[in-house]
Amino acid sequence: MRKMIEGSRAVAEAVGLCRPGVISAYPITPQTHIVEDLSQLVADGKIDAEYVRVESEHSAASVCLGAVAAGSRSYSATTSQGLMLMAEVLYNIAGMRLPLVITGVNRALSAPLSIWNDQQDTMALRDSGWLQLYAENSQEVLDMHIQAYKIAEDDRVLLPVMVCMDGFILTHTYESVDVPTQEEVDAFLPPYDPLYKLDPNDPYTLGAFAGPEMYQEMRFEIQRDALASKEVVKEVARDFQSAFGRWMGDVIDTYMIEDAETIYVGLGTIVGTMKDWIDTRRERGDKIGLVKLRCFRPFPLEELREALSGAKRVVVLEKAVSVGAYGIVAAEIRAALYGQERTPPVHCGITGLGGRDITFATLDEMHERAEAGETEFFAGLRKELLEAS
Amino acid sequence: MTADASKNRRKPPLGIVTRPGSSLRNKTGPWGIMRPVFDWEKCTGCNTCESICPEGCIRHLEKKQYEADYEYCKGCGMCAAACPFDAITMEEEHR
Repeated sequence: MRKMIEGSRAVAEAVGLCRPGVISAYPITPQTHIVEDLSQLVADGKIDAEYVRVESEHSAASVCLGAVAAGSRSYSATTSQGLMLMAEVLYNIAGMRLPLVITGVNRALSAPLSIWNDQQDTMALRDSGWLQLYAENSQEVLDMHIQAYKIAEDDRVLLPVMVCMDGFILTHTYESVDVPTQEEVDAFLPPYDPLYKLDPNDPYTLGAFAGPEMYQEMRFEIQRDALASKEVVKEVARDFQSAFGRWMGDVIDTYMIEDAETIYVGLGTIVGTMKDWIDTRRERGDKIGLVKLRCFRPFPLEELREALSGAKRVVVLEKAVSVGAYGIVAAEIRAALYGQERTPPVHCGITGLGGRDITFATLDEMHERAEAGETEFFAGLRKELLEAS
Repeated sequence: MTADASKNRRKPPLGIVTRPGSSLRNKTGPWGIMRPVFDWEKCTGCNTCESICPEGCIRHLEKKQYEADYEYCKGCGMCAAACPFDAITMEEEHR
């Protein structure tokens, strides 16, 4: 059914349709509306879940860890400082191979305190063993949550999934969304059938201890299964298309790359703005295309090689920076293209930090600076502030 | 409980699931280099050593008779330090 709803509401409704047994979260801007909506849906009896209120994000993640270990599909959501506080538990969830799904709302990290959007928070957890999907719009973020449980719980994967959505830009925006029926979601997503679960009648310990004789092999298996999960992400996207008729890409999606000389790469909501900007630049004769990085973990190495290696130039727009090194996605794309027959130069424009609007003027600036040969730069800087400091 | 094997599921990932009782199999005594030795002339049977042992491996057999379970004793020496009658000395272990 088509509804005009907030992005956060789309997430809450999607999570409810996935029939979680346990939801635990701590409210934090701009994730708040998601968990407010979910707690209301539980209180109203519309979702048959246990909503566990906790005193911190560390506890929320711990509750979910235990709940999934006990065989219950579970959910949490957080952002920024909350995600950092969760981090210790998130590594444990991945290490215990528990298929939890959380929404990682994207917000800047302190200090200075900022409640506004960028992607430094989820990017910081890229090595945690969690799979990461980045949503472009409300429909995609709804669909992604349903897909996320199917990916995570697949025997070939058994890894948690973080659905990343831009704070405010997506969480607080109203869009027309097609909300599937319970019957449709039930047919697509079977009940969680855990490979192993905590049971007092058959006790065991999860993730207890591994000495030097074993730890490395356990990490090897995580890496092997995370890399192999790429095929599951693709398969689930295809199955979703068959069931619901919607396709927004699998690990990547492309826009006008066939004849493109310059291909842009972006993640999350900025992809929509970039498509509009590309339309206007194309009217002026610029051959520009776009690759939307929908799935950042597992990293779609082969797909990016195929999509990008024909370009004369690649420009990556990043709302995060690995401080002291480079833009994170750009560095990985350079590594993906290294040693290929054709290796276009990869430019990295870091922008949109702490909620700085990314406008057509920002994108024009990035384009000009990349054309001029700059490889690493911040776009949209207020130079008058820097000159006065 | 693990899933029904008849459903042709994968094996659990390596090392994630461990069964209880592993401390019965994994003897921790060899971690130490010292072990407590009792002097029964000085021992009064006050039970201080038994109650303070962090491994719970000192057992009261009968009045003035204690036994340290060297398969689990790590040689921390708390019993010797706590004994009010200096009836316990820590001696180097040779294996």
